[in-house]
Amino acid sequence: MKAGVITFPGSNCDDDVVDSLKKVGGFDVERLWHKDTPDLSSFALVVLPGGFSYGDYLRCGAMAARSPIMEKVKNFSSKGGFVLGICNGFQILCESGLLPGALARNLSLNFICKDVTVKIETVETPWTRSTEKNTTLTLPIAHGEGRFVIDNDGYEELVKNSQIVLTYQNNPNGSTHNIAGVCNKNNNVFGLMPHPERATDLRIHDGLKIWSSLKIQLGLHS
Amino acid sequence: MKARIHVFYKDSVFDPQGSTVEESLKRMGFNKIKNIRMGRVIDLEMDYDSKEEAKRDVTKMCERLLANPVIESFKHEILD
Repeated sequence: MKAGVITFPGSNCDDDVVDSLKKVGGFDVERLWHKDTPDLSSFALVVLPGGFSYGDYLRCGAMAARSPIMEKVKNFSSKGGFVLGICNGFQILCESGLLPGALARNLSLNFICKDVTVKIETVETPWTRSTEKNTTLTLPIAHGEGRFVIDNDGYEELVKNSQIVLTYQNNPNGSTHNIAGVCNKNNNVFGLMPHPERATDLRIHDGLKIWSSLKIQLGLHS
Repeated sequence: MKARIHVFYKDSVFDPQGSTVEESLKRMGFNKIKNIRMGRVIDLEMDYDSKEEAKRDVTKMCERLLANPVIESFKHEILD
């Protein structure tokens, strides 16, 4: 099953995503370049990795969201294709309008790089299917602009549609209602600030639960 | 023709940078400060025939890239 990993200028977690997808197996991983406009119809999954696309100039993810490939990603997601945005990828998905809300400067103004505990708010998504509700995952974060911001109406909408997937146990960055990861209404687009691809080894491995959920969703043997 | 664009977090979004600078200035003795908001200034040089046309396009640029309507507000002025 084909999975695409997009590299924007300044992406730096693309190799980690490729490695972790190869590790969990079942995916035929293909690298994609932000300036290209590939036919994504044969893909099951497209991942926007973390990093500092366009040097984080203007706003994190702002210019990457206007890359040529993003029109293809929007089209792919509108047809039900699975899109995952990690860290800077999450910022790009919000900037492109594929996910609600925005990511602003951390309240502390610090770049925070540490392991955090996040709670599973819903298992009714392709990304959390193999987890249990209200259990926790330990995943690393590494960001300066990870404070999820959404207005009250937007938040009500997220709650109503069960779009809040992950929340921080000890909010590290001031995110509204401790939100660490959200889905779109159809659950096929998911963005999160923590890095599941960096949690697939002996030290921490909860990232595997996200990947294995997706494999179950796609009918791949986990 | 030139344009100057100002982009700020909306009032409803907390601005940690402004708040930190505010605290420092107060510590330095500037006690009369009530609030500081930090933003971004973008200067553009353009080649338009009319101010109206320039204004319309600058507004579009702000809406589509230079500001994020979810968290930011903008204003701009067209200068000769």
